[in-house]
Amino acid sequence: MIEIKNLTKSFEGRTVLHDISAVFETGKTNLIIGRSGSGKTVLLKNSIGLIRPDSGEIFYDGRKLIGMGKKELNILRREMGMLFQGSALFDSMTVLENVMFPLDMFSGDSYREREKRAMFCLERVNLLDAEHLYPPEISGGMMKRAAIARAIALNPRYLFCDEPNSGLDPKTALLIDDLIHDITVEYKMTTIINTHDMNSVINIGENILFIKEGVKEWQGDKHQIINSNNEALNDFIFASDLFKKVKKTESRKPEAGNDPDCPTYGLRPVTD
Amino acid sequence: MNESLHSLGEYVLLMKKAIAVPDRWSMFFKQLIREIYKLGVDSLWIVVIISVFIGTVIAIQISLNINSPLIPKFTIGYTTREIILLEFSSSIMCLILAGKVGSNIASEIGTMRITEQINAMEIMGVNSANFLIMPKIAGLMLFIPVLVIFSMFTGIIGGIGASYLDTQMTPSSFEYGLQFYFNSYYIWYSIIKSVVYAFLISSIAAYFGYNVKGGALDVGKASTNAVVMSSIMILLADVIMTHLMLT
Repeated sequence: MIEIKNLTKSFEGRTVLHDISAVFETGKTNLIIGRSGSGKTVLLKNSIGLIRPDSGEIFYDGRKLIGMGKKELNILRREMGMLFQGSALFDSMTVLENVMFPLDMFSGDSYREREKRAMFCLERVNLLDAEHLYPPEISGGMMKRAAIARAIALNPRYLFCDEPNSGLDPKTALLIDDLIHDITVEYKMTTIINTHDMNSVINIGENILFIKEGVKEWQGDKHQIINSNNEALNDFIFASDLFKKVKKTESRKPEAGNDPDCPTYGLRPVTD
Repeated sequence: MNESLHSLGEYVLLMKKAIAVPDRWSMFFKQLIREIYKLGVDSLWIVVIISVFIGTVIAIQISLNINSPLIPKFTIGYTTREIILLEFSSSIMCLILAGKVGSNIASEIGTMRITEQINAMEIMGVNSANFLIMPKIAGLMLFIPVLVIFSMFTGIIGGIGASYLDTQMTPSSFEYGLQFYFNSYYIWYSIIKSVVYAFLISSIAAYFGYNVKGGALDVGKASTNAVVMSSIMILLADVIMTHLMLT
C-alpha cells in the first residue's frame, strides 16, 4: 500500500499539487486521471522520489519515503518497477538485455539463472520472439510489453505506469491494460497508473483518483465514476464518447446502477 | 558569473556522483570495453587520416618558409617532429576529438535523458551517473595515449612522405632532423597532456548531456555547448600544463 499525505509541490512559484492525500491499495490497479497538465505526472514523480515535494508525506507500506537514507532508498527502489510513457528502453541493448539489466545490476544469480528469469518475464508478456531485437526495431506495443517485462524482472512490490497506452491503437492498449491488471493481481503489487484513457478507466479502474489543476477532486472506483455528482469529474469523463455510451446504457437499465457486477459496467457492453 | 559558478558546482557534484565505486564491476567492465571501442577505436581512422595530412603539410610549409642557405635542411625534419610531438598530436588532435567524441557523448547521454532512460535507471536504484559517465571517462583516458602515439607516428610518416615529394628537402636530411636532439620526455609530456584532455572532453560532454532539459533541439544545443566548452578548457589546460611541465 502506498499512502500520500498532504502533498504539495510548486515550480517557480506556481503550485502544481495542492495538499493531495490518497491511498493506493495493494493488489489493485490504482489510476490517477485528469487533463493534461493537471499534475498527474508530477504526483507520480513525487510518489517515486524523482521529485521532492515541498511538503507532505509518502509511505510505502509504512516506510516513509521523504528523508529516507540513501541505502534504504536504494533497497526501496529495487522494489519498484516503472513503465514510462515512452517505454524508456535502453537503445544500445537488445530486448533481452533490457530485461536482464536490473537482474545484472542487483541479482546475485548466475548468468543462466538471470537469462532464464528474463526469458520467463518476456514469455509472460508474450514477447519471446523479439528477444534479440533492439528497441527501434520493434513496434510501440512491443516496446511497452518489453518495458513491463523489465519492470517485473525483480518481482517488484510497486509498479508505476505513466500513460501506458499513449500512442497505442485501442486493441493494443486493451492488451497492455489487461496485462498490467493481471500482473498486479498475480504478484500482489501496488500499481499506480497515470492515464487519461477512458478505456483504461472502465477496464481496470479499481481505485481512481481524479485531479484537476493539482487538486484532488474525487476518488472512487469504476463502478462509482459513472454516477458521480462531481461536476469537474463529469466534465472530464463525459467528454469521452465511450463514457456517454456507458451512461446511456446505464440509463436504459436503471437496476444496473446498484449492481457493481452488472455487465453494463466495465468495457464489455461497449465492445459488444 | 553567478550562472557560471552554479554550473561549476553542478559539474563538481556530478563528477562526485559519477566517480564512485561501481554498483557491479562486471557491468562496469562490460561498459568500459564498449566505450573504449566506441570512443577510442572508432576514432583511430580520423586520427590517422588527419595526422598523415597535417604532418605532410607541416613539412611542406616549413620547407617553404625556411628556404634559406643559412638554415640547414635538417631543420625541416627537426621542426616538424617538435610541432607534432609537442602540440599537434596532443592538443590539436584532442581539439578535433572534442568535436567527434564530445558531441557523441553529449548527444547520447542527452537523448537518454529526454527519453527518460536515465530516469528509468534511477528508479531501479542504479547510480546512472556512475553507470553512464565513469566508463566513458575511463575508456577515453585509457585509450587516448594509443591515439596520440598513432597520431605522432602517422604525422611523422606524412612528413617523411613530403620529403620525397618536395624538392626543397631530401629524405635523408629530413630523417636526420627527426633524430636530431631528440628528447623522449616530449612524448611523455604529450601523453600526460592528452590524458588530462581526455578527462576534460568526456566529463564536460557528459555534464552537458546529463543536464539536458527539453527535447531534440536542446540535445543539439547541449552537444554544441559541450564541444565549445571542452575546446576552451583544452586550450586553457594546454597553457597551464605547458607552463608547469616545460618551463
